[in-house]
Amino acid sequence: MILALVEQAGGSPDRLSLEMLALVRRLAEVAGAAGGPVHAVLFGDEARTAAAGLAAHGVATASVVEHERLDDYAPEAWAASLLQLMAARSPTIVVAAGSERGNEVMAHVAARAGLPLAANCTDVRPGDRLGITRQRWAGSLLEDAWLDGPAWLVTVAPHAVATEETVAAGATTIERFTPALSENDLRVRVDGRVEADPDRVSLTDARVVVGGGRGVGGAEGFADLEELARLLGGAVGVSRAVTSAGWRPHAEQIGQTGLRIAPDLYIACGISGAIQHIVGCKAAKQILAINTDPEAPIMEKATYAVIGDLRDIVPAISAEIRRTRGA
Amino acid sequence: MPVEVLVCVKRVPATGGRIVLTADEQEIDTKYLGFTVSPHEECAVEETVRIVEAHGGSSTVLTLGPAAAEEQLRDAMAVGVDRAILLETDGREWSPIATAEAIVGAVRAREAAGAGFDLLLFGNEAADTGDFQVGIRVAVALDLPCVTGVKALEVRDGTAVAKREADGGWEVFEVPLPAVVTVKEGINLPRYPSVPGRLRARKKEIERGVPEWRPAGPEKVRLRLPEEQGSAVEILGTGPADAPRVVEVLRQLGVLAP
Repeated sequence: MILALVEQAGGSPDRLSLEMLALVRRLAEVAGAAGGPVHAVLFGDEARTAAAGLAAHGVATASVVEHERLDDYAPEAWAASLLQLMAARSPTIVVAAGSERGNEVMAHVAARAGLPLAANCTDVRPGDRLGITRQRWAGSLLEDAWLDGPAWLVTVAPHAVATEETVAAGATTIERFTPALSENDLRVRVDGRVEADPDRVSLTDARVVVGGGRGVGGAEGFADLEELARLLGGAVGVSRAVTSAGWRPHAEQIGQTGLRIAPDLYIACGISGAIQHIVGCKAAKQILAINTDPEAPIMEKATYAVIGDLRDIVPAISAEIRRTRGA
Repeated sequence: MPVEVLVCVKRVPATGGRIVLTADEQEIDTKYLGFTVSPHEECAVEETVRIVEAHGGSSTVLTLGPAAAEEQLRDAMAVGVDRAILLETDGREWSPIATAEAIVGAVRAREAAGAGFDLLLFGNEAADTGDFQVGIRVAVALDLPCVTGVKALEVRDGTAVAKREADGGWEVFEVPLPAVVTVKEGINLPRYPSVPGRLRARKKEIERGVPEWRPAGPEKVRLRLPEEQGSAVEILGTGPADAPRVVEVLRQLGVLAP
């Protein structure tokens, strides 16, 4: 069987976890010991609601982890819970999304079990050993490798696989699981939160991201990008050059050392397109590049381009949107 | 209260444009490339220096890598790290399991000599292999608490308060020292080395160890470049007068609410 850590918030499974399930359901269809049914593991308030919707993603059964001291994220407690479920169910594969939490929890599982972990896989091929393809350099490079172990531990790279929903054959059977947790399992836990500004569109959820690079020219140049993003209901993202110059906060950085985004449209303004940036935005369905340089590397990735100065073009696009809306 | 900080870095090629592989597809062809550490690790080094500046104590930078990785150790000492440890390899790639074991060995040796660490800093993930696990493996082996993905860190009275970004906000963790923290770029803006800093770093002794390589999975078969969907770019215009064409395309893409 396959043990899958599914992250959820407010009763909805996380997008990266659904991508992960899309990859493992292919394995579930493989006959023999390597495949078998998918058993999901979920934590947190409303985990039961999230689990109930997983049948359409190929999940046969699910454990909802409940513990009186597990009221928020605690990486070691999650890992301890997974290890106890592994001991009880002997899965051939244990898998999570290659999210911040997924990679963290699985690394704890791997370290405690003394097993290798293949992080950010884009493909898995079961056999006597598990053939994997995984991302290096945040996906600018791929590695084919073999993974061994009594259980194969993997995480699935963000946006490498499309989510997949089908008509479920039946409902997911849900059971409660109460792990035995030690003090050490709970020594690292979320002790406090600073909530996001609710009026801000999240960069990772935005359908449109307006990206700014060195070509924006300075912090004040971002007002035009903010305006376009606002008109499109999107968010502003930036390249590393921008955060290194201190023009914008690092939380907005897209790329290898920032966020991976997958919007419907990425409007790359004044961004040349270094590979470290491209790995963060290449999952966008479409890229519109606005750049003075028709030879910039970003043009190889773009579907559409406007060749010219973003300082003239971006306000003109905003003005045209307002005009067509009659505002 | 003075703080003893260890920061671990990894020498990686500075890939700018297109990656080129060696003929045997086992590694990146670095003939024409310089070397560096990942941005996360540059920030870990800077954070190390700032913590010791603020609280006293001392700092140590460690790397597992070829003899040439001395360059990355001297870069760290040039911005203010006090001393360096090189765990020298023959250039073969080390798995995360073996890497963590070697680091744990060096930390334990220090502890045995009465010079343990209060804080062990790592980058969140190595730039090249992206395994996301060496810091956690070290923490588990040493039975220390570990916070990963940290973009704000404060040390006070034997504890570390570490924050990481989550859903546009922050998650806050408070752990007792000693602890392992893996940091991300954005936690600070690293300083540039000064000329006197570089000169000082050049003269410093580097402590060396030679840990033994051992195989531990995953077992690399080969590296390859991802297939790129080469799409022909459609030029929509060359200036502000072409904005109507752009907006037409936005409408076709369905991203423009009516």
